[in-house]
Amino acid sequence: MNKEIDLFIVGAGPAGMNAAVEARRHGLTVMLADDQPAPGGQIWRAVEQAADGPLGRILGDEYRQGAQTVSDFRACGADYLPLSQVWQIEEGWHVYLTTDEQARIVKAKNVLLATGAQERPAPFPGWTLPGVMTVGAAQILLKTSGQVPEEPVWVAGSGPLVLIYIKQLLEAGGRVAGWLNTAPERNWQRGIAHLPGALASWRDLKKGYGWMQAIRKAGVPIHEQITDLRAHGEGRLTELSFRSGGKEHRVPADVLLIHEGVVPSIHMSRSLYCEMTWLSGQQCFAPKVNEWGMSSQDGIYIAGDGAGIAGAKAAGLRGRIAGLAVSMRAGRISGEAAQQRAADWRSELQRELSLRPLLEAMYPPRESVKRPSDETIVCRCEELTAGDIRKAAKLGRPGPNQIKAYTRAGMGPCQGRQCGYTIANILAEEQQRPVSEVGFYRIRPPLKPLTLGELASLDDKEQAK
Amino acid sequence: MTQQNYDVAVIGGGLHGLCSALHLARAGKRVLVLERHWTGRHASGATAAGVRTLNRDRRELDLSLLSMELWPQLYDIVGDDCGFHAGGQICVAEDETAMERLRSRVEALQRDGYTHEELIDQDELRRWLPKISPHCVGASLARDNGAADPHRALSAFRRSVLKAGATLREQCGVENIERRGQDWLLHTNQGQWTVPMIVNAAGAWSARIAAMVGDHIPLGTKSSMMMVSERTEHFIKPVVSILGRSLSFKQSDQGTLVIGGGLQGVPDLDKETSTARMRVLAKGARAACDLFPEVQDLRIVRVWAGLEAATKDLLPIIGPSPNAPGVYHAFGFSGHGFQLVPIVGLVIKELIVDGGTDKPIDELGASRLMNEPEVEKVTPQ
Repeated sequence: MNKEIDLFIVGAGPAGMNAAVEARRHGLTVMLADDQPAPGGQIWRAVEQAADGPLGRILGDEYRQGAQTVSDFRACGADYLPLSQVWQIEEGWHVYLTTDEQARIVKAKNVLLATGAQERPAPFPGWTLPGVMTVGAAQILLKTSGQVPEEPVWVAGSGPLVLIYIKQLLEAGGRVAGWLNTAPERNWQRGIAHLPGALASWRDLKKGYGWMQAIRKAGVPIHEQITDLRAHGEGRLTELSFRSGGKEHRVPADVLLIHEGVVPSIHMSRSLYCEMTWLSGQQCFAPKVNEWGMSSQDGIYIAGDGAGIAGAKAAGLRGRIAGLAVSMRAGRISGEAAQQRAADWRSELQRELSLRPLLEAMYPPRESVKRPSDETIVCRCEELTAGDIRKAAKLGRPGPNQIKAYTRAGMGPCQGRQCGYTIANILAEEQQRPVSEVGFYRIRPPLKPLTLGELASLDDKEQAK
Repeated sequence: MTQQNYDVAVIGGGLHGLCSALHLARAGKRVLVLERHWTGRHASGATAAGVRTLNRDRRELDLSLLSMELWPQLYDIVGDDCGFHAGGQICVAEDETAMERLRSRVEALQRDGYTHEELIDQDELRRWLPKISPHCVGASLARDNGAADPHRALSAFRRSVLKAGATLREQCGVENIERRGQDWLLHTNQGQWTVPMIVNAAGAWSARIAAMVGDHIPLGTKSSMMMVSERTEHFIKPVVSILGRSLSFKQSDQGTLVIGGGLQGVPDLDKETSTARMRVLAKGARAACDLFPEVQDLRIVRVWAGLEAATKDLLPIIGPSPNAPGVYHAFGFSGHGFQLVPIVGLVIKELIVDGGTDKPIDELGASRLMNEPEVEKVTPQ
């Protein structure tokens, strides 16, 4: 183990990079580890290679602006570790990571979790068939390799990512067989109450409206009021069925992209026992953080979508604030000067956050995400259905960890990332209590794939000392 | 509020508590099981589930051998074989010195008439474990040993306990116990019960329960870590350990590798959690890779640590309380209690129902530890 550093950052998205730049500005020692080969996070994946080309134009200004942040980050003097997996953080703080099959431990005074969001798992019958994937995954393919599916794709879901992806796909030469809009009927009426607050972000509202117009203009068939969504096929997706406006549809399908919004990645913060809060608007848990981004654990900061979904701009601002907070804690800037420096960022952040209640009201996940039918697989790793879970839910009054012991749900390689919320929702319904009370799985290390050989390499290092 | 009448309160819904409750209920006792969380929340749910007489301490060996006879009969007892496979348990010697130690142990056992352990040479070892590293020179073996599935065992015992008519109260923690005449008054978060008899099978928290009835028993806490890998092709049937290193290695029915061996995490009795220490667990990974080099590329899916009681001599406490009439202890299994489950429940039943047992528990009484000064935390290896 080397010397203790001031700040270890997990994740090179907008939050992580901005935090690194800010902390470096105050002279802190900073190390940042990230899974990907290049900085940018999911939002700015491969931005350095794509920003200036035709793909960059398709992906839009907001994407291209990421190149500046990446370049500032590259120049800031943080120790940047690409292709590195942080798989455990222990008190002290000791960060365990693997780069190139070699494990090591880094001691840090502060840790910033900037691990972003994941798409909300949205089970329905047939969702595990090859050919069904998420809109987010499809967009990553577009960003990293300009890849566009050959056949027209079906899209099922709602929310800003769906709109922007369809627009990008069309511009990149792709085709959409149809969009099954899973947003509730007349969702703008649900949103209207939040409109006054959201007006601060009128530019974003206008942009969203523009995407919608572009999709309509391109003649994409839109189906509304979707229920009974189902993917069919032997070994892979060949057909799709759904009800729309009370009418039954069954159509051939090669690729189905699904999306029901995003939720914070909370595996790392939960494994550190950071206090959580239930966000009813976003229907997910998020760690509690103070005005500086610090969690309930001393020295553990959380910024970006991992602290609650708020988008890339907000993530950058929260990252900067956290970088500043750690600098203040290290005595590199006075409390007063830090408050002053953070003031503008905070008001900008408020503006960004003002849009969220409107989006949350307009694009709640479809109801069947919470109440999958009995035959629907909910735990992909162990191939357990909603019916299996409901059956186990009748033995006493089990919580998620007990269900895990009873059924093996959540014991597979995804560690409950795919089934955690679904299980909680099913238990909540069966037991007539709120999801917030049911809770989530206890999170076990390793938080990222780690081989026995990699873990053993850590012992060799300890022995050598 | 005093609730319905029971003959026995079993404190602790782990496997030992459930097995005791099962036999008591079948013998006609009105049994109440009080479990602070849910059945198998701690050690019973976190166990490596080895079923082993191999390398047992002599003082608990006879009891362990009796328990071994019951494992193949579990289907008749709880309606499920609990995933028990008699694939054998093997303790590997990595060099001649280790082999010599195994040899003298096995010879001593055989001199005293025990036949459950035998020695195998390098060739025989390779037949049992074709993928083992060539540096291993031999091993000791117990053929009828093996491993089971702890969650299946928990489900089966839980079901049987309920079917036998016992009452199970989960989320029900015992807060205090008072003597009331000939009875014990239990205060819990779900109300009070008065019972003439108590079985203390509260695992890591047993010393606290014992203290409530006046037995001050020094007890440490173990937090043994385990890791499980992704699924891989079945390549090993026995459970394998290495002499002198912390490793127990087996493959589950699902094809995952389950690796433990007593490496210790950090226990916290008050928070009721234990935290894995990956740096320590790295030794287990090293040992597994040394033994079976092919496993090094397998991914670790999950790591956990259980919580259980450890006595100073690492032997369990089984038997009547020295101070409290009607109270029976069954705890302190110190990391190797799973195999003893079938017999301990029976012993407790005999003690309570028949007023005595012919099973060999003489050396396992609580008094052996009670003259020692109390220690709050021992972390034995």
